[in-house]
Amino acid sequence: MGVLSILDRSHSVAKPGFSRWMVPPAALCIHLCIGQAYAFSVFNLPMSKLIGITKPDPDDWKLTDLGWIFSIAIFVLGFSAAVLGRWVEEGGPRRTMFTSALFFGGGFLISAFGVSVHQLWIVYLGYGVLGGIGLGLGYISPVSTLIKWFPDRPGMSTGMAIMGFGGAAMIAAPLSVWLISVFSTPTHVGVAETFVVLGLVYACFMMVGAAIVRLPPPGWKPEGYVPPTQPKKLVTTKDVYVYQALKTPQFWLIWIVLCMNVTAGIGVLSQASAMSQEMFPGRVTAATAGGFVGLLSIFNMAGRFFWASTSDYIGRKNTYFIFFVLGFVLYALVPYFGGAGNLALFVLGFCVILSMYGGGFATVPAYLKDMFGTRYVGAIHGMLITAWSVAGVLGPVLVNYIRQYQLDSGVPKAQAYNVTMYIMAGLLVVGFIANALIKAVDDRHHMEPETVDDVVGVA
Amino acid sequence: MDNDSNGGGTTPLELVLAWGFVGIPLLWGVYGTLVNALKLFQ
Repeated sequence: MGVLSILDRSHSVAKPGFSRWMVPPAALCIHLCIGQAYAFSVFNLPMSKLIGITKPDPDDWKLTDLGWIFSIAIFVLGFSAAVLGRWVEEGGPRRTMFTSALFFGGGFLISAFGVSVHQLWIVYLGYGVLGGIGLGLGYISPVSTLIKWFPDRPGMSTGMAIMGFGGAAMIAAPLSVWLISVFSTPTHVGVAETFVVLGLVYACFMMVGAAIVRLPPPGWKPEGYVPPTQPKKLVTTKDVYVYQALKTPQFWLIWIVLCMNVTAGIGVLSQASAMSQEMFPGRVTAATAGGFVGLLSIFNMAGRFFWASTSDYIGRKNTYFIFFVLGFVLYALVPYFGGAGNLALFVLGFCVILSMYGGGFATVPAYLKDMFGTRYVGAIHGMLITAWSVAGVLGPVLVNYIRQYQLDSGVPKAQAYNVTMYIMAGLLVVGFIANALIKAVDDRHHMEPETVDDVVGVA
Repeated sequence: MDNDSNGGGTTPLELVLAWGFVGIPLLWGVYGTLVNALKLFQ
């Protein structure tokens, strides 16, 4: 236990001279690893050929069963972030990052065992449950730390970390494909070995983040930073206790804002490849559609930093208003771009949409900080992540089922997404209304200063 | 070094190493994706 005390919150406090610019790389060490989840689909096909190798075998796992690995991981991500948020806040970032690394890396190792003995339930348990807990802890752990180090630029700071989550698949996908090819032989698919390597590499990378991260000393402020003496209308200087936040309408309105923004974006992202090929038959092939998806990933990542940083200047509420208004216009125009055969505008429209999808994720921690203060923002953010879990199911289901309904009704493939785009635009109207209803949190929900000290438990 | 540091703590080398540690893999991933994305416009 003595050795593990270095993980304590009290041992994570920065000494004089520590630069706050060390904290974003620490956060990125975590998010660049756990964002691998977005690239997990590269394992599905190889894992469906573990026995048959080159020909179908009835004992091989089916793609539909393999799809559950990712779904379980994302569900557990939301669940663990919601349930363990308070533990994250009170234990500090280093303990959480360390635990996240053990769970995420360990999940890969257990999955490797599951693959080697060909037991899918072990992979569900490994990557899905244990890896999912690592995902949830890792996702929220750096958020409140960054906000405390960057009170002058909370959007930019959390945008940097969450940008890593969006960009991680760009590293993980080619790395995983390469590792599988290295470990594969004519009689063996090298998934288990790839899982072992990834588990160890990710655990080590995340441990570096846990080692670097520091909390600011109590009362620390950036040099030259003067906290606003006159609080802004929608930026509180007080704190709301984690479970008290659930009793405020603001929490649930922001939940709807995030859910609508994510539902629209994730629906498109999940079908981007097929959609581009079907809307531009003959012009977009499977290979070029892969390039389109890659381009969307870059805008998804860049939007996280750009929009969250912009929100520091124009405010969170205005940033989401831009997402909903501009998103509505673009979703409504996409069918027109498709009908006119204008590929360039189609691609540009979706790139902007995906930048706002990423921006929605990255701006929301700062929105919560504005509403509920910095003390429990990580835990409150954890509970808000459930909106992502819901959207993760809602978005793809909406796109898939409406497309199928359109095709069954005799609509040509090239126009099968038109109604979906209009429904997505409608979801953004719901988000716009929820955002418009957000006002400052009532004073009765704020913690008294002495309560804050009791709960914080550090100077 | 960033002007928020009080001197003597984090060195510029540590900052470069920390940012390089995360930045190099990220840039490698972005570069590969961009090269792939260019196929869309060829």
